Amino acid sequence: MTVTLIDYGAGNVTSVARALRKLGADVRLTANSTEIERATCLILPGVGHCAALLHSLDAHDLREPILNALSRGIPFLGICLGLQALYAKSAEAPELAGLGIFQNDVDHLPETVKLPHMGWNQVRSKRPCALLEGISPHDYFYFAHSFAAPGGGKETAATCEYGREFAAVIESGRIFGVQFHPEKSQATGAKILANFLRLAA
Amino acid sequence: MSLARRIIPCLDTDGSRVVKGVHFEGLRDAGDPVQLAARYNSEGADELVVLDIAAARDNRPIFLETIRRVAEALSIPLTAGGGIRTLDDARAVVRAGADKVTVNTAAVERPELIAELSREFGAQAVVLAIDAKRDIDHWQVRVKGGRKPTEWNALNWAQHGVESGAGEILLTSFDRDGTQSGFDLALTAAISKVISVPVIASGGAKLPQHFLEVFTEGAADAALAASIFHDNVQSIAELKSFLHSNGVSVRLAC
Repeated sequence: MTVTLIDYGAGNVTSVARALRKLGADVRLTANSTEIERATCLILPGVGHCAALLHSLDAHDLREPILNALSRGIPFLGICLGLQALYAKSAEAPELAGLGIFQNDVDHLPETVKLPHMGWNQVRSKRPCALLEGISPHDYFYFAHSFAAPGGGKETAATCEYGREFAAVIESGRIFGVQFHPEKSQATGAKILANFLRLAA
Repeated sequence: MSLARRIIPCLDTDGSRVVKGVHFEGLRDAGDPVQLAARYNSEGADELVVLDIAAARDNRPIFLETIRRVAEALSIPLTAGGGIRTLDDARAVVRAGADKVTVNTAAVERPELIAELSREFGAQAVVLAIDAKRDIDHWQVRVKGGRKPTEWNALNWAQHGVESGAGEILLTSFDRDGTQSGFDLALTAAISKVISVPVIASGGAKLPQHFLEVFTEGAADAALAASIFHDNVQSIAELKSFLHSNGVSVRLAC
């Protein structure tokens, strides 16, 4: 199957593409609005500053095409900032609107802990989620972020705890998001991507 | 559920081969970076650092090719550095496949570099490397591979780096580096307990006990070592199992 990987300049796009190809996916990297609007399976990677991602989506006129693709019910996976971009807005770039699929805001993690939340942590499942099939509570995923979506939203399928509880995995229909980096999380990360590819097929 | 302490092998390279030596002297060949990277990736390393310690201008394309090949062998994060003086240098390293860049001498010479990198890649991708040497009642920052003293006190420089946008501090004890006599716990604790970003302790590791001490007494978030891993003095899996049985949260290989 063909996965359209939105290539707006995110630092991790190459490693996401590599991880997907290892799993047998046919990966198309593009920032072309028509291709994205017509995609049958979309992944939005991301790392770094939220404003850079949102500005870049605007510079490529990608908001409408992404929202149109999502409204057709195609499978979608947001990674790290790609998850955060699905919310109304982020405290990291409060002047910019997010994609607004979910109505909550992304907030700064508390400064009672060292930030960024950097390294390997575990997630707690809130409800059954196809993306987490075969994942145990002992498995670790690689995180690198200082902002996070709230853990209490209806879309939250699994949470992580660091300073506070936050959304680690979200699911709403065929829209998925992960706050960690599956492309940097060895076999457990590959399992998440394989689950996504299977349910997208 | 808690954030695991990280074990990070470091590949010091001359651009294309892994080399080793104390304080950059008496360098000898220690292997192929891609082979070592693949080995550490499968043995449970949490991240990998690859450095170009020669950092010669004309050697740059060779080092970038090394980063590309190492990144392909990994499914864990990669930090690369050595010789990054400008935003363009860092862009090339990130494009080659590094998830984070590390800067040292160039940041001391031009501190704005840290903010420039942080704006472009995010704080989580900027690792400020600090070489610190004990000087009576404080630690002095040294650059040029430890050869050149600076005016900076290590704690002040670390704080300045974090305020400028560094997301991690890679803290090397110049006094302990290459000695295999254990991490500098006083130095590590002095920095790690004060600054708000994760600290990677480096310099002096040999025994599992050294790692246990640096995670407890030293309050380090991660620990880095090179030759003890290259020479099979210490296996990463056994080290992690030792730390786990002593109550340190680590990611055990699945």
